[in-house]
Parts: sequence; structure tokens; C-alpha cells
Amino acid sequence: MRVPEESIAAPPVSPSAGLSAYAREVRGRYHGLLRRRMGLLGLLLGLIVASVVLDFSLGPSGLSPSVLIRTLLHPHHVPAGQGVIVWQIRLPYALMAVCVGASLGLAGAEMQTVLANPLASPFTLGVSAAAAFGASLAIILGWRLPGVPDAWVVSGDAFVFAIGSVLLLDMVSRRRNAGTGTVVLFGIALVFAFHALVSLLQFVANEDALQDLVFWTMGSLTRATWPKLGLLAAACVVVAPLSFAASWKLTVLRMGEERAASLGVDVARVRRGALLRVSILSALAVSFVGTIGFVGLVAPHIARRLLGEDHRFYLPGSMLVGALVMSLSSIAARNLLPGVVIPTGIVTALVGIPFFLGIVLRRRSMG
Amino acid sequence: MDGLYCEHMTVRYGRRTVLDDISVGPFPPGRVSALLGPNGSGKSTLLRALAGLGEATGRVMLGADDLTGLTLARRTRRCLYLPQALPAMVHLQVLESMLAAQHATGVVPSDVQGDEIDAALHMLDVFGIADLSMRYMDELSGGQRQLVGLAQALGRHPDALLLDEPLSALDLHHQFAVMDILRRETAARQIVTVMVLHDLNIAVRMTDYDVILREGRIIAAGAPQAVITPATLGQTYDIVARVEKCSRGLPHVMVDGLR
Repeated sequence: MRVPEESIAAPPVSPSAGLSAYAREVRGRYHGLLRRRMGLLGLLLGLIVASVVLDFSLGPSGLSPSVLIRTLLHPHHVPAGQGVIVWQIRLPYALMAVCVGASLGLAGAEMQTVLANPLASPFTLGVSAAAAFGASLAIILGWRLPGVPDAWVVSGDAFVFAIGSVLLLDMVSRRRNAGTGTVVLFGIALVFAFHALVSLLQFVANEDALQDLVFWTMGSLTRATWPKLGLLAAACVVVAPLSFAASWKLTVLRMGEERAASLGVDVARVRRGALLRVSILSALAVSFVGTIGFVGLVAPHIARRLLGEDHRFYLPGSMLVGALVMSLSSIAARNLLPGVVIPTGIVTALVGIPFFLGIVLRRRSMG
Repeated sequence: MDGLYCEHMTVRYGRRTVLDDISVGPFPPGRVSALLGPNGSGKSTLLRALAGLGEATGRVMLGADDLTGLTLARRTRRCLYLPQALPAMVHLQVLESMLAAQHATGVVPSDVQGDEIDAALHMLDVFGIADLSMRYMDELSGGQRQLVGLAQALGRHPDALLLDEPLSALDLHHQFAVMDILRRETAARQIVTVMVLHDLNIAVRMTDYDVILREGRIIAAGAPQAVITPATLGQTYDIVARVEKCSRGLPHVMVDGLR
């Protein structure tokens, strides 16, 4: 076979002489970057701990850190009332904020990656709306799953509909020729459908039930109990490592669906796995505390800006940012108005919107 | 039989038959081959089917190995398709994207282990973009991202490299530079390289085996000067074309107009 002359004459492009020195420099810079990201994750973790401690020390029955530690370590050596407040009210409340934030942060991050859409989150794709519909069935019509104890009826119904909505999204994503755009539009259709159904139930509800439902949909951490907290924490502990194990595949997926497939990633399977994880985390979180908007949307964006899109850092980063935002929101919810605990869902939206707009507008000006 | 070839390949999208019982090849190892043909003729579909992406009937062989039954992860390790779409505007450094491409299937083969960063930098240097290694992908130009895509692909050390319009976002200088690099690396590694091309002059001068497709069927296959002729070009593109020697004695395709 013929080899054209001009390409024989072309000078060979060999690794430049300075490559080894350059490689050393790049390796140093890259490892520095990895250290910086680990440091940032550590810093976020520290801020979450500080925020939880602050949560205890502020407010009408605020405790100093030393009293808090004494109450936590020796609950029998402190006044009984103080022990009950810390163990039964404040601690589950503060930890639930962290767990819900972490769950929604991780769920939002995975959703945004597998659906290739920066607006994807449990809130914007109908999971919260579905949960609200489930809750309204329980609150207004008294519909309950068989065998569910009274304390879990509302959460149980909310969970069934929340997980059902994600499974529907998953079914749509499995259809042939269903692009990520189709899935996102389907999610938006779910939001409207469930909002309409909730409105319908509100229309026929009596005054007390209506008040209960409106309060539920505002999202509040005051519903936190140890069993619910334990279940959500266990879900995080099981699901998060599975998400982290898929980090490389998710990172490659961010370079484009076709490119990921060409590099050997089974895109449909990765998407299915991620949606299943998302469904468990987001359904549990919203069914326990009600509609908490924006955390699942904002946390991934903040994490992306702080840590880039290498999912080995981006996923834990989204969890930690979500936990921090939620924890700070819970502090604000208790301390903005003296003597009143504002539903946390309201605060996350109010705190989240300026944050979010700040990021979006900064990105615009950069790009 | 050496090289990459397929037998009785048929691909349908719904009711539409895009490739109709095609047997083509072998695309020879150590040489660069081109797929030519008008838009919608099935070039990309053929490349994707060879790589095992999408549903197709028929058999794909690489030398004596039947690739048809391999899992996607194993198959893409041997036979890598690089899509025409550029890597997305992702907030990921070029070096990280190279590492992610290596780790995509979970297993990094032994021949690319060792210092991954060195290997990635070496591959970026082959394409002359080592200085971009710490830049973010969403800061790069289209051409730069295309070069990163090529480096990611070659960095996986496939036995066959299937490139869908790899020159589309590149300026004239880089088109020739990339062709030189691909020819050199293809020969040095004795791999099969097949690319979709639209530039007939690059095909006739810088490739060694060409296949012309039209409407899912093969019009001609073989050495470029046997395949790229006024008759096949007329039949394929409905144009009036000449292939003449330039002052340096190299073949040159000239198009006089529509047929």
C-alpha cells in the first residue's frame, strides 16, 4: 500500500524534551489540587459540626457547648428537663437537618448528572409534589397503607408517592429514544399534575385538615423523631458508598452520553442505578420533613463551583453543602422571629434563591 | 484475515433500514482507512455498529477474534468509537478528563497502568496540547476539545480506533497535524484506524483504504486511487468531478459542478 511522501517527510512529533520536568510540575499541581479539595471537604465537615453546635447554643433555651457536651455524655447527671430538650427535641432536629440536607444534596447531584440538566432536583422533577399528594391523601382523606402505625401514616403515604414518581421517571428514561430532555419534561409534567391533585384535595378539605396539610407542605424539621432519623441516616450510609463507587462513570457521563457509551459505560444502567438511589434518598427525606425546596438544586451547583465535576469530590461535596445549607436554614428558622419556628422549607427557599441567583449570574459573567 | 471487518451487517432505526446486509473490510492494521459518502449514507451508523454501539445484526471480527459477543466494556477496550460530538462543556480539567476516560469501565488494563498522570500527559503531548492539561474543559475552544477527545481515545490503547469526523472542528493546520499523528501512531501501534471524512483530497492523499457508502450500501472499497474516481464520485454525490495529478505528481480531486 502507498504511503504519501509528504507524511514521511513530516517531522515526528515526539514528546518534547521538557515533558518530564513539565510532568513533574503538573503532577505537583494536580496533587495540590486534590489536597485542596480534600481540605475543602474537611472544612465543610467542620462547618457542619460548628453549625450543629451553634444550633444548640442559640434560641430561647440555648445551651453553651460545655453544657451540651455534659448533657450528651452524662444525660443522667443533668436536670431532667434539660436532658429531654437535648435528647428528644434539639438533637433529632439538628441531626435531621444534616441528614435531610445531605440526602437532597446527593440526590440532586446525581439527578443533574444522569439527566444532563442543571435544573434537575427532587423538587423540580416532582418528587416533592408527589410526596405532598401522598401526605394530603393521608391528612385529608385519611387514606393509609395497611399495617402502618399512626405516627407513620403521613410519612408512609408521602413515601409511596415520592418513590412512585421517581420510578415513573425511571420508566420514562428506559423507553427507547427517550432523551434526557424527555425525562425532565416528564418530571415537570408530574409537578403540575400533583400540584393540581393537591389543590383538588385542598378544595374539598375541612378547615383543620387544610391547616395540617398547608403546614406539612411548608416543610418542617419539627417532625423529626429518632426512628425517622435512624432510617434516613441508614439510607445515607447504604446509598452514599454506592454513589461514590459510580464516581468515575458519572464523571465520564458528564462529557456526554454518546462519549460515555463509546468509552464502555452502560449509560442506561448507570442512569437506572442513580435514579434508584435518588428515589430512596429523596423520597425518605421529603416524606419525613415535607417539602424542602432548593437544597437539592442549589447544593450541587455550589459543590460544582467549589470542587469541579470530578464526582469523587463533587458527590460528597454536594452532600456536605446540602447538609450545611440545611443546618444553617434550621438555625435561621428558629431564630429569625423570636418565639416562632418558621417552617424550614420557607427558609431554605428564601436563603437558597439569592445564593442560586448569585451563582447563576456569576457564571454568566464568566462565560 | 488481519484487520477489522464485518459480515452481513444490518442496522434498522424503527422501520428504516440504514445499513442493508453490508460486508466490508478488512480495514488493514497499521493503516488509516476512510469512510466516505454523502450525509445520511450510513457512515456513522457503520462505525457505531463496528464498535458495538446500538442494535445491529451481523458479525464483527478483529483478526481472528469475534467481537460480537463481548460485553460493551470489553468491546470498547478493543474497538473504540469516538463520536462526532465534542466533549461537553464540563467543569473538569483536561487531565481529569483523561483519567476519567481511563477509569470509565472500572478496569485500567495493565498496559496503561503505571503512572497514569505521566501516561495522560504523554498522550496530550502527542497531540501538542500538554500545556492545556490543567485548564478546564469549559474554557477550551471546539478544536481544542476535539484534540482532547482524540487524546482520550488513543490513551485507551485500543486495537481499533473508529473516528467520526475527527477533523470537523479543526483549522487547516491542525487537520494535517492530526492526520500525521494518526498515521504515525496507527503504524507504530499496528492498530486499525477508520475515520469518517468529507474532504476527498485528504482521503485520496493521506489514507490507505477507503470505503464509499450511499444509502446504506457500498459503492466502492479499496485503495484510494481505485475508489475515488470520477465515476464513483458521480454515482455517490451526483457531481461532475475529475481526479488529476498536481504539479508535484499527487492526486487532486476537482469538482466541476452538479450532475
